[in-house]
Amino acid sequence: MKAVEVQNLSFSYRNGRVLHGVSFTVEAGEILGVIGPNSAGKTTLLRLLSRVLAPEAGTILLFDRDLTVMTKREVARHVAVVPQEFQVAFPFTVEQVVAMGRYPYARGIGLESVEDCQAAQHALHETGTAHLARKYLDQLSGGEKQRVVIARALAQEPRLLLLDEPMAHLDLNHQLEILRLLKRFKEERGITIILVSHDLNAAAECSDRLLLLKSGEILTTGRPKEVMRPEILEKAYDCPIWTGTDPETGSIRILPRL
Amino acid sequence: MTLVRLLTVVGTLAAGLLAAILIALSVGTVRVGWTETAAILFGKILPIPVSWTETQESIIVGLRLPRTLLAGIVGSALALAGAGFQAISRNPLADPYVLGVSSGAAFGVVSGVVTGLATGSAFLLLPLFGFGGALVAAVAVYAIASIEGRLPIQTLLLAGVVVSLFFASAIMMASSLIQAEELQGVVFYLMGHLRVVSYPTIAAVVGCLVAGTALIYSQVLPLNLLSAGEEAASQLGVEPERVKRIIFLGCCLVTGAAVSASGSIAFVGLMVPHAVRLCLGPDNRLVIPASLLGGAIFLILADTVARTVAAPVEIPVGAITAFLGAPFFAYLLRSRYRSIYP
Repeated sequence: MKAVEVQNLSFSYRNGRVLHGVSFTVEAGEILGVIGPNSAGKTTLLRLLSRVLAPEAGTILLFDRDLTVMTKREVARHVAVVPQEFQVAFPFTVEQVVAMGRYPYARGIGLESVEDCQAAQHALHETGTAHLARKYLDQLSGGEKQRVVIARALAQEPRLLLLDEPMAHLDLNHQLEILRLLKRFKEERGITIILVSHDLNAAAECSDRLLLLKSGEILTTGRPKEVMRPEILEKAYDCPIWTGTDPETGSIRILPRL
Repeated sequence: MTLVRLLTVVGTLAAGLLAAILIALSVGTVRVGWTETAAILFGKILPIPVSWTETQESIIVGLRLPRTLLAGIVGSALALAGAGFQAISRNPLADPYVLGVSSGAAFGVVSGVVTGLATGSAFLLLPLFGFGGALVAAVAVYAIASIEGRLPIQTLLLAGVVVSLFFASAIMMASSLIQAEELQGVVFYLMGHLRVVSYPTIAAVVGCLVAGTALIYSQVLPLNLLSAGEEAASQLGVEPERVKRIIFLGCCLVTGAAVSASGSIAFVGLMVPHAVRLCLGPDNRLVIPASLLGGAIFLILADTVARTVAAPVEIPVGAITAFLGAPFFAYLLRSRYRSIYP
């Protein structure tokens, strides 16, 4: 089954075109890494997939249903987003922030149901943030905060999880923590994941397939080994790049050359 | 949040409101005892044997009760509007007075009187004129203050000052150019006075308050989500523009109604939601109903102070709230907003 099927997708902001004629599919249960230089259209692609923006042309099928005929709430029951930046204007606790992920299921005056509480608790435990439940978001470290934002997305019980640079601003240890979480979501919950990242090593490490965007078009797509090749990456990033394999694990390593 | 917590908070505050009403009714130049006050009040609905004098009854029912009710309604309306404006602007310093919405409403009321459209028997239309003025002012403030869809605190406060001054001077011009006795009276009370008003006036204001409350309360949960920004809320299924529009209308409706009855009373809308948030946290499912009740309690008590502290001289209640509010505002601006609101 296909989780996402994008056909001929185009979108432009007022100041210019961002995506043109993008087509790709994501199989259910796979991790797709979206990479590419700045202003390639990666974040815009996520916004289109989460229905924050409406496509200018082309179609998006989400689990075989046309995204444009679904209501926002319906979409939010299938798709959760971990945005690049997350801030709340008032002092909500971690617990409250995670419970907000249940909004797509809310009824009546919006008191949480038993299922809502269970889903939120489960999300807190699964991301290792249960001990932070009563803290405020601005009391957390970068790594803790990112896991809380992921817990909020998880509380939505999504079938598709979109992450925009989830490892930016994090140190190595916390980057790994996030990658391990994503792998676990895929294996244990069968969640389909689309991961936008500037970290090519991380993207190559945890993605089943990669999508390389440049200037709003797909440069290439395929398994990490097929995409992470110097001649392809150099074309995308306009700089000399070395790739190799880790002798112990066999994973791909990518380094820019000065 | 659980239903038990909601009911506990609402129940406690409702009891507090009843106590505040009894205090306000009992205290004054003519002191009426607690038991008599309560008996007179509940004697209207329950069969209680008469144990009070006719003078006491006419003081309580004819004078103090309508004024106390008005204070409660106006306090509710302003606190509710403050909570609503703070939530959609994601800014703890917003309130109808600071944003100039109260001034706009006052101008709406004045224009209703000047044009003769809301004079005489049409006085029940005044809340709607207030609503119109509030709406114009609120739209103006947002148009001036928004930069690329965001409402930075600096531009928001400045825009509020600008709009507020503009409407205040428009009212001053109207009152000095047009020599109508009715207008002078209106301009006087628009500076923030609670008075004894007729029961139909109270009913008209209550109508607007109920409608506005329903609009605002219908959006409590989306309001929580909006505090994480419009895009994040949108990804969870909220339609930010729709929510903002509904809250906007609701806030202008209650502000317009409150101002048409009592003028611009400062800082209630700022302080009450703030105090509520400090005590109960920022969840709007609690903040909205608690502000509604807390605003009523606060203004009823402030008005009781205003009419008794220097009796027989009466201090305008707006002076009391501003006297308390200005230092509170300064304190918020200096300290709280950095530590609690990053």
